[in-house]
Amino acid sequence: MVALDQSQVKDGVDQETVDAVAKLSGKYKYGWETEIEMDYAPKGVSPDIVRLISDKNEEPEWMTDWRLQAYSRWEQMEEPEWAMVSYPKIDFQDQYYYARPKSMQEKPKSLDDVDPKLLATYEKLGIPLKEQMILAGVEGAEDAPSEGRKVAVDAVFDSVSVGTTFQKELEKAGVIFCSISEAIKNHPELVKKYLGSVVPPSDNYYATLNSAVFSDGSFVYVPPGVRCPMELSTYFRINAENTGQFERTLIIADKGSYVSYLEGCTAPQRDTAQLHAAVVEIIVEEDAEVKYSTVQNWFPGDEEGKGGIYNFVTKRADCRGDRSKVMWTQVETGSAVTWKYPSCILRGDNSQGEFYSIAITNNMQQADTGTKMVHLGKNTKSRIVSKGISAGKAQNTYRGLVSMHPKAKNSRNYTQCDSLLIGDKCGAHTVPYIEVKNNSSRVEHEATTSKVDDDQLFYCRQRGMDEEEAVALVVNGFCKDVLQALPMEFAMEAQQLVAISLEGSVG
Amino acid sequence: MLEIKNLHVKLEEEDKQILKGVDLTVEAGKVHAIMGPNGSGKSTLSYVLSGKDGYEVTDGAATLGGEDILEMEPEERAAAGLFLAFQYPVEIPGVGNMTFLRTAVNAQRKARGEEELSAADFLKVVREKAKTLKIDAEMLKRPVNVGFSGGEKKRNEILQMAMLEPKMCILDETDSGLDVDAMKLVAEGVNALRDEGRGFLVITHYQRLLDHIKPDVVHIMSNGRIIKTGGPELALEVEHNGYGDLLSEAV
Repeated sequence: MVALDQSQVKDGVDQETVDAVAKLSGKYKYGWETEIEMDYAPKGVSPDIVRLISDKNEEPEWMTDWRLQAYSRWEQMEEPEWAMVSYPKIDFQDQYYYARPKSMQEKPKSLDDVDPKLLATYEKLGIPLKEQMILAGVEGAEDAPSEGRKVAVDAVFDSVSVGTTFQKELEKAGVIFCSISEAIKNHPELVKKYLGSVVPPSDNYYATLNSAVFSDGSFVYVPPGVRCPMELSTYFRINAENTGQFERTLIIADKGSYVSYLEGCTAPQRDTAQLHAAVVEIIVEEDAEVKYSTVQNWFPGDEEGKGGIYNFVTKRADCRGDRSKVMWTQVETGSAVTWKYPSCILRGDNSQGEFYSIAITNNMQQADTGTKMVHLGKNTKSRIVSKGISAGKAQNTYRGLVSMHPKAKNSRNYTQCDSLLIGDKCGAHTVPYIEVKNNSSRVEHEATTSKVDDDQLFYCRQRGMDEEEAVALVVNGFCKDVLQALPMEFAMEAQQLVAISLEGSVG
Repeated sequence: MLEIKNLHVKLEEEDKQILKGVDLTVEAGKVHAIMGPNGSGKSTLSYVLSGKDGYEVTDGAATLGGEDILEMEPEERAAAGLFLAFQYPVEIPGVGNMTFLRTAVNAQRKARGEEELSAADFLKVVREKAKTLKIDAEMLKRPVNVGFSGGEKKRNEILQMAMLEPKMCILDETDSGLDVDAMKLVAEGVNALRDEGRGFLVITHYQRLLDHIKPDVVHIMSNGRIIKTGGPELALEVEHNGYGDLLSEAV
């Protein structure tokens, strides 16, 4: 979620962390649900369901066919089992694949037509959808746009996008930011050209399922030479029970453009596990740059590991053009099981990929996450900074691939993987895969594992901090390299999350 | 201010008695020094008073301003006004020195029900105090004690002390690892904090620190007990004759 009401980020951890700990006392903050009448498709997945989803979104035939092809692929695929996570087998026929609030049957023309209950939900989450509330704390925000940072928000509630703010202002700059269902209708030429071009429908089990049943998501197109005038943001929330969320995000940064995109997620607290299988595709053309930041705070399940979100996500960026650049930053604190490897295909010469990650697992959480840096072009550069923190009985695995192809002459990678253990029942694992197929490239890998030191905690406590504040401070220090890579709004949020998700992990 | 009565302490892990009945009272406005050979229990006393894990109080009591501190959590003792300048200040990678200080100051203020210091006010105070200790802006930004020289670490301890304004300051071997110039700087910092409302307990192995921080009372500690108490001249006696005579006297 985006902390829009903060006008500045302070150096490192601060009072906000402290307040967060005090206020939220160990419980998942976003665990309530909104009572809204939902419209479900029948349980399970089949070609009929795929057609129904396509039909509900009023899609053209080419899109329906695309989905159906993906579905028949999926039927022949096996669920992957190589990740270091274990969970009960998912019954894919016991899920709802489409749910939307009844009031959304007629798509709202503007935000004023959106169900107030939905808007209230987003407000409760701290996302002010209404444009005039974007600059929180500033009276008459619309008249004084220069005094604060603006963030355009696309909010996805279960399967459906409920509204995108700032569309007009973005239009002026030529930027298209809308839900993917709108893009399919209004910009079919762009969608046809790019959808599935980075993550093909046959890519992997979950991505293929997503290709068949994705219900909505965000679409961004930044035209050549345009620097997107504000941060773009998507906010995902799973509200309905037994519903899988399959959103699809497509970001295209045309030549010489720049965009920074933020993604935040939450879900209500439930006993049964819920599935989230998203696909994010990013296309970066010549000299363009994309920053993609995620703060993932899906419900992690309770202390015994009951419930929570299964987060199986495929995120990939294709640096197609020369000198293109992509930066993934993620803070993963939620989900019962996380399976996620935001990747960079460095195809253009001199292109660059960066991956900064904080993965925190507590209680029974499991995370198998990392990145893939595939160097295809000459003089390509990548950098990986991964910070894994385990507490409780959690298992945290970094899995990363660095691959230098024969033509990727003079390419370089630097990888740094640090693990921090809190307590003695958790685990940290580092699984690097390195392939170098030319003799002029260089790959560096550094890994460390450490424990939160009792002496550090005592030192902090002697100076007046309580135990949880002390842990939050030490852990935030451990994560600093990554926190610094986040946009300002997210950095605040991430610091608080670090504190909250480690509550009760010591003592 | 600080009153220690018949304090007996053993290590939790092994059945080893470290303190065997320590009696000591530090009055407000006074500087007490504890000297003694290695292994006499000086550092243990500072850890037990500040609440470090691993020690068990088997008998006796310790109060600060009349309040029993032995039952308190370390952070409660800190908020009550107890400060320990560590012999080996701990490094905290990635946490800016300034952030650490501000978090600590505000945590204590909050615990005492006081208003938190605003960023601007805090900055003003910290800059002023840092200047007298010759701590520059760059050192305030660096991560806590990471890559600090011995002298920088100790000056940083004194800066924390100056910011937290404790009632009772315990300095554990603050002179260790310092050259003469650094020691002077640290001593000046401590002397600037001397006032009638504040007590000091200066633990040291050598007399030289006490040339710069003049004590009112000197205690000699050996084998878990205070064996002799006197004026500043007692420190000089140790300097000239070593601990040998005093120890044999005590037996």
